[in-house]
Amino acid sequence: MTETANIKYIEELADGDTEFQSKIIAIIKDEFPKEKNIFLNNIAQKNYLKSAENVHKIKHKINILGLKKGFEIAVKFESELKCKKIDSYQDFIVILDLIDNFLNKI
Amino acid sequence: MLKCLIIDDEEMSRAIIEYYCSKLDHLHIVNQFDNALDAIQFINTNTVDLVFLDIHMPELNGFDFIDSLNIPPKIILTTSDSNFALNAFEYKCIVDYLVKPIKFPRFIKAVTKVDAPKSSVESESIEKANEMYVNIDRRLVKINIPDIYLIEAKGDYINIKTETKNHIVHTTMKKIEDKLPDSLFLKIHRSFIINLKKIIDIEDNSVLIKKEVVPVSRSNRAELMNRLNLLN
Repeated sequence: MTETANIKYIEELADGDTEFQSKIIAIIKDEFPKEKNIFLNNIAQKNYLKSAENVHKIKHKINILGLKKGFEIAVKFESELKCKKIDSYQDFIVILDLIDNFLNKI
Repeated sequence: MLKCLIIDDEEMSRAIIEYYCSKLDHLHIVNQFDNALDAIQFINTNTVDLVFLDIHMPELNGFDFIDSLNIPPKIILTTSDSNFALNAFEYKCIVDYLVKPIKFPRFIKAVTKVDAPKSSVESESIEKANEMYVNIDRRLVKINIPDIYLIEAKGDYINIKTETKNHIVHTTMKKIEDKLPDSLFLKIHRSFIINLKKIIDIEDNSVLIKKEVVPVSRSNRAELMNRLNLLN
């Protein structure tokens, strides 16, 4: 995984409205760890369909944070989970960790 | 003034829709919910003109929500994938289908559809949306939109390729793109718009559609993959 997360989309969305930009970043910082934990709990319990739903939610944030390759992995992993397969699990965890690190820095 | 409701279990998505609505004077958010059940209670006792509705939600999904209402208001679906686009066609109340992340120009386009005056024969309007007329040699030629499998830019012209015939029309890709339903068509390259339902296969950076190999630009590849019902 060579790509890095960014807030270009959020900046574009906010179009100079720094208050709104800060609000969206704060929401992501608050919401992402919760969504990640719910996913990790569901995958630990081998509840793959629920995990697929969690990945579905998380992939929106992956997209918002400019991770194009990460988004493709999430799409693939969501499909796998619906078939109770987890081939892309490690790749997906790398993306989650990458976002965690990024959110801790901004 | 349109009274709007936002239903989405993701706070970030609700905040973005709310922000977009705040930029348009004629949209007024009357409430927002993170689940469909609470929204049903609200809508049964309040007037709502337009709902921004997420499909993937726990307990009750977006379509369950619509099915639960006797007379649903206008709905704009908001979702992270387009796999339900065909389901959306089954509901007259659904006016558009927005794939997240939603950009503001696309949001405006969707909302504008709600503003458009509705004919008393709504079914006729829907039927008309499936066809368009193009000017060819001073004749207006009718084209059945779902029959189009590929549109290719050719200088000042475009070539509209259908199952039965090709039509060379003097217009721009932007103009034709605005006439096509987003649920069926996607611009995958600055010179190509494809009908997603006509794809045969995808290999690296190209799509096979009918017997034609069409390039996919790098910037459009993610959106294309997002629009597919992938099974890996």
